[in-house]
Amino acid sequence: MAELTNTVTPAVAERAVTLRTSALVWRVVMYLLLVVLSLSFLLPLLWMLSTSVKDTAQTYTVPPIWIPIPMRFQNYPEALVAQPFGLFFLNTIKYAVFSGIGTVLSCAVVAYGFSRIRWYGRDVLFFICLCTMMIPFQVTMIPLYLIFRDLHWLNSYKPLIVPTFFGSAYFIFLLRQFFMSIPHELSEAARIDGAGELSIFWRIILPLSKPAIAVVALFQLINAWNDFLGPLIYLNNPDLYPVSLGLNRFLGQFVEKLAWPYLMAASTVVILPVLIVFFLAQRTFIEGIAISGIKG
Amino acid sequence: MSAEAARAARPRGFRLSNGARNQIMGLLFVSPWLVGLLAFTAYPILASLYYSFTVYNVIQPPRFVGLQNYVNMIGQDPTFPIIVYNTVYFVVFGLPAAMLVAFLLAALLNNQMVARPVFRTIFFLPSIVPVVAISMVWLWLYNPNYGLFNGTLAALGFHVIPWLSSPSLAKISLILISVWVQGTTIVIFLAALQDVPRELYDAAKVDGANGLHRFVSVTVPLCTPSILFVLITGLIGYFQYFTIPYIMTQGGPMQSTNVYAYYLFQNAFTFFKMGYASALSWVLFLIIVVFTIIAFRSSARWVYYAGG
Repeated sequence: MAELTNTVTPAVAERAVTLRTSALVWRVVMYLLLVVLSLSFLLPLLWMLSTSVKDTAQTYTVPPIWIPIPMRFQNYPEALVAQPFGLFFLNTIKYAVFSGIGTVLSCAVVAYGFSRIRWYGRDVLFFICLCTMMIPFQVTMIPLYLIFRDLHWLNSYKPLIVPTFFGSAYFIFLLRQFFMSIPHELSEAARIDGAGELSIFWRIILPLSKPAIAVVALFQLINAWNDFLGPLIYLNNPDLYPVSLGLNRFLGQFVEKLAWPYLMAASTVVILPVLIVFFLAQRTFIEGIAISGIKG
Repeated sequence: MSAEAARAARPRGFRLSNGARNQIMGLLFVSPWLVGLLAFTAYPILASLYYSFTVYNVIQPPRFVGLQNYVNMIGQDPTFPIIVYNTVYFVVFGLPAAMLVAFLLAALLNNQMVARPVFRTIFFLPSIVPVVAISMVWLWLYNPNYGLFNGTLAALGFHVIPWLSSPSLAKISLILISVWVQGTTIVIFLAALQDVPRELYDAAKVDGANGLHRFVSVTVPLCTPSILFVLITGLIGYFQYFTIPYIMTQGGPMQSTNVYAYYLFQNAFTFFKMGYASALSWVLFLIIVVFTIIAFRSSARWVYYAGG
C-alpha cells in the first residue's frame, strides 16, 4: 500500500500535468469568452451613447464612427426641449412613487394574512391568488377601460395607481415566501404579551422584512418607469404622458427627419435614472430575483 | 397585566375563541386583495366574456350576437391564423433560444473567477432598460443604411441584411432583442447553479465523469425547478408580447410580426371592435391555460426535486 500512495509513477505525473494544462487552457478560454460576450452585450448601449453626441455628418456615414470628434453635447439640451421631457419625468415619478406606496402597503398586509395567521380557506384563496398570475392583462383590459371611463378616470393616473392599493399576486407571493421564513415563536411570544395582529405585523414582521420590502418597492418603481401598455390605454393627453409614452411620441416626431442623435440622447436620459437606482441597490435587485426564482 | 389577567378582565359574552378570532383577522388582512380580486379581476373577466358575445363599438350599447365573434375569428378573419402562427413562432423558437443563452451564460458565470459581479452586472443591465428605449436603440442598430450592423457589413464589403424589412427575417431580428434582454433569467439560473451542492460534483468526478458529462447529468437536472419557473413565466409573458412589435414594426413587414396582443389591441382601441377584441382575449386566455397545463403536466417527467 505504502508503495502505491507514496511513489508517483511517470504516467500519473504526466496525467497531472495534462490536467493542469487543460485547466489553464479552460481558464483562458473562459475569460476570453466572457470578455467577448460582455462587450457584445454592452454594444447596443455603447452605440446609443456614441450616437448621442454625434452631429449629422458623423451619424450618417459608412463605416460607422465609434468615437465622434468633436462631440456634440448640445444634442442633450436640444433633444430635451423638443418634447416637454421635464413634465414627462415629473409624471413618471408621481406614478412610480404612488404605485410603489400602494403596492408595498397592500401586498405586505395581504401577505401577512396569507402566512402568519391560520384560518379556514386560507390555502385555497392563496392558490387562487397564484392562479390569477396566469390571466393575461388583455382579458381584463377592455372591461377595466370601460369601468374607468364610466368613473371619469381616463386621462388621469387613477386607473394606474388605485389598483395597486389592492395587492398584486406576484408581490404577495414574494412577500409571503419571506414572511413564512420568520420563526413563529416571535409572533407567539408577542401574542402572550397581549399584542394584537396589527401590532405584531407592524412592530415585528415589517421591521424584520426590510430586505423583501425593498425588493418589492424597487421592482414596482422599475415597473412603473417602464410601463407602456397601461398609460397607452388610459392617457391621451400628451401633457400627462410618462417618459415611456413621451419617448415614443418623440420617435414619431423625429424618425422621418433622421434625427437619431436626438433620439439616442433622449433614450440615454430616460435610461439614466433606472441605471442609477440599479447601481445603488444592485444587491437587493439580484437577491430579490434569485429568491423569486428558487422558491418558485 | 398578564395575558391571562387581560383575558379574564374582558366581559365573558364578548370573548371570541382563538379560532374565530384568527378567522376574522385572517380575512381582514387579505381583504384588500379580495376586494381587488372582485373589482379588478373577477368582474372584468366575466364582463369580457359577456362582451365577447356582443358587437360593441363603445358608442352604441353592446348588441348580443351569440357565438358570431368566435365563428368569424376561426372561419372568416384572414388575420387570425397569421397572428396565432406568429405568436406560437415566438413562443416555440424565441423562448427556448433565450432560455438556452441565459442558461449557458449563467453556467459560464458560475465558474470560479475574478470580477464575477462585474460580468453579471453587464449581462443583467439590458433587462432594466425601459422597453421603449430598447426599441429605439435597436431600431437604430438595425437601420438599413447607417445602423451599426449594416454600416459595418457594408464597410467590410458584405451584403447588408434587411433586418426589419424582410418578412422572413423580422421575427428573428426581434427574437435577437429578447435574447439580449435575459438578465432576470440569468440571475435566476445563476442562483440555482450556485445551490448545486459541491459534493455531487466531487462524487461524479470520483465516478470518472468528465466536465460535459457532469454538466448534463448533475448540473442540468438540479436546475430543472428553476427552468420550469422560467419556462412558465416566459410562456405567459411571450403570449402577451406587445410593446416591441408595437413600436418597432407595427406588425410588419407584411404582417410577419403581427402578434396576438398587438392585433387584439388594434381591434379594441384602433378599430373599436370591443366585442371581437374580447373574444380574442378569451381565446388567448384559453391558449395560455392549455400551454401552462402542458408545461406543468410534462414537468413530472423532467423536473427533479432534490427534496423528494
